[in-house]
Amino acid sequence: MATQPLSNPNSGIGQIPREENTRTRINRLFRMGVDHAVTGLAILATVVVLVPLAAILAYLLYKGASSLNLDFFTKIPAPVGENGGGVANAIVGSGVVLGLASLLGIPIGIAAGVYLAEFGSGKLFANLIRFTADVLNGVPSIVMGISIYSLIVMQQKHFSAFAGGVVLAVMMVPTITRTTEEMLITVPHAIREAAYGLGVPRWRTIISISLRTASPGIITGCMLAFARVAGETAPLLFTAFGNQFWSSHLNEPIAALPIQIYVYAISPYDEWHRLAWAGALVLIVMIMIAVTLVRIFANRGALKGGH
Amino acid sequence: MPLPQMSTVVAPPTSSEPTISVDAPISPMREFLRARGSGKLADTTFSALMGLCASSIFAIVAFIAVILVVRSQLSLHQFGWHFFVQSAWDPVSGNFGALPFIFGTLLTSLLALAMAVPLALGVAVFLTELCPDSLRAPISFLTELLAAIPSVVYGLWAFFVLVPLVRDQLGPLLVKYLGWTGFFDGPNFGVGMLPASIILAIMILPIISSLTREVMLAVPINQREAMLALGATRWEMIRTGVIRNARIGIVGAIILGLGRALGETMAVTMVIGNHPAIAKSLFSPGDTLASVIANQFSEASGDLYLSALIEIGLALFIVTIVVNAIARLLVWAVTRGAPARVH
Repeated sequence: MATQPLSNPNSGIGQIPREENTRTRINRLFRMGVDHAVTGLAILATVVVLVPLAAILAYLLYKGASSLNLDFFTKIPAPVGENGGGVANAIVGSGVVLGLASLLGIPIGIAAGVYLAEFGSGKLFANLIRFTADVLNGVPSIVMGISIYSLIVMQQKHFSAFAGGVVLAVMMVPTITRTTEEMLITVPHAIREAAYGLGVPRWRTIISISLRTASPGIITGCMLAFARVAGETAPLLFTAFGNQFWSSHLNEPIAALPIQIYVYAISPYDEWHRLAWAGALVLIVMIMIAVTLVRIFANRGALKGGH
Repeated sequence: MPLPQMSTVVAPPTSSEPTISVDAPISPMREFLRARGSGKLADTTFSALMGLCASSIFAIVAFIAVILVVRSQLSLHQFGWHFFVQSAWDPVSGNFGALPFIFGTLLTSLLALAMAVPLALGVAVFLTELCPDSLRAPISFLTELLAAIPSVVYGLWAFFVLVPLVRDQLGPLLVKYLGWTGFFDGPNFGVGMLPASIILAIMILPIISSLTREVMLAVPINQREAMLALGATRWEMIRTGVIRNARIGIVGAIILGLGRALGETMAVTMVIGNHPAIAKSLFSPGDTLASVIANQFSEASGDLYLSALIEIGLALFIVTIVVNAIARLLVWAVTRGAPARVH
C-alpha cells in the first residue's frame, strides 16, 4: 500500500514527503471520493429504512387512536351489519391464554436458564441445549401451531384455550431461557463465593443470591417473551381458534386479540376494519411498554438494578 | 464437614460455657447445621430438576418432529417424494403437490432478502461506524421496536396501505420502466408476490441490521485503529478491518433473516392473494408454505388433505431448522458463543 500524507503535515513527522505526483494525487482523491460516497450511501440506506418504518408506526398510532373508544374495551363484538361493539371478550381471552402460557413457560424457561448458567459451563450437553433453544426460536410459529393442534386438539376433538396456552408457552421458553442465562452470567462470582463461605448450600445460593441479583433482568426477559407471543396469531388460529362470545371454560375455544385483528382485517366491513386498527394499537402500546422497560433494565445491568 | 472441626477448634477458648461441647455432643444447633450442612441431597435434586427443565427444550423439538411425521404419514405414503415436485393442488380430487408453495416461499423470501440486505448492511455500518452518539440510542430503539411489532399488525398495514400503493402507484411505474423484463406482466390486483416480498423485506430488515450490528461491534477496536494508523480512509477501515473480520457473522445474520422470511405467516397470508399456482409474474397472486397452512388448515376436510398440509408444515420445519442451525453456527463463530439475541 502506498504511503499517503494523510496525517497533518505540521505534526512534526518530517519524513513524509509533502509533494505528491499526479498518480498518488488521483489515487488519494479517488479513495477519499469512495469514502464519501460510501458514507453517503450508508446514511441514505438508514434514511430509506427509517422513514417508512417510522411512517408505519405513526400511521398505526394515528389509525388506532382515531378508532379507539370505550366500547372497544367493554362490549363484545356486534353482529355483522350493526355498528358499535368491541372486543372485550378478545382482550380477556388474550389475557387468559397468555396467563396460562406464562404459568407454564416462565418456570420452565427460568429453570433451563439456571441450568445453563450455573451448572452447564463448558459442558457439551449445555451447549447443545443452548443451540437447540436458539434454533427453536427460529421455528415458524405456524409449525408450532399445527404440532400442538395435532397433539391436543386432535385428541380432544375440539379447539380450546388450553391448547392456545400450551403453544404460546412453548414459544416463550427459548427466549426466557437465553435471557435468564445471560443475566445470571453477569452476576459476579464473588457474591456466590461469599454465600458458600457462610455455609449456604448451592441451591439456596442460586435462588437467594444469583436469581435475586439478576431478577430485574430476568423479569424484563420474561416481559419480552410475553410481548412477543402476545401478538402471535398463526399458532392460535388452530388452537384457541377464536370466539365471538364470552367463553367460560379453558376447554372451549376462546377469543384472542391477534386472531380478532386478523379476522376483522380481512373482512369486508368498514366497522370491523376500524376495530382491527384499534386492536392493533392496543397490541402495539403493550409491546412498546415492554420494549421500553427491557431497554431501561438492560442499560442498568443486572447488578445496578438490584436491591 | 468443616463445621464440627471448627467448633472443636473454637471450643477451648470459649470453655467458660462447657455445657455445649461436653454434655451435649450433638446440640440442636449442630444437628440443624449437619442436616442442612452439606445439603448434598438438596443440591443434587435441584440440579437434576434444572437439568430436566433444560432437557425439555430438546424434548419440544423432538416432539414437534415426531408428531409432524406421524400425522403426515398418510400423505407421505400416498405421494412420496413426488409431493415436492408436483404442482397440482386439488383438494377436490385429492391430488396434492407442494411445488407452487415451495416456489412461492423461495421467490418471496429471496426477493425480500435482495431488497433488505443492502439496506440492512447500510444501516448497520451507519450505526456502528458513522453514527453520532446522540442518534445511536434512538435509532437502535426504533429498530428494536419494529422487530417486536407482531406479524398480524404488519399484515394489517400492508393490507390497507401497501396493497393500494402497489396497485395504483408502484405497479404502473414498474410496468413502465421495467416492463420489458417480463417480471411485471399480467393484471395487477395489488395483492400478489410483490407486496408479499416488500412486507417481508420490511419485517426482516430490523432483524438483519441489529444482528449485523452486533457482530460488527464484536470486532476488536484494535483492528480499526490499526487500519487507520496505516493511513486507510474510513471506508477502507470498515471494509478491511470490520466487514472482512465479521463477514461470517454477517452471512449468519442474513441467513437468520432468511429463516424468518421462510416461516413468516400472517402478513404474507394477508397480502399474497392465496392462489395455489406457480406465479408467472410478480403481480400474480400466489401462496407460500406457511400461508397455505394458515389459509386452508381449518377448512381442510378429509384426512388426506389435512395430512398433506401437515407434511407442508414438516417441510417448513426441517428447512427452517437447517437454515437456523447454519445461521447460529456462523453468528457464534464470530461472537464466540456469546448469546446473539434477535431483537
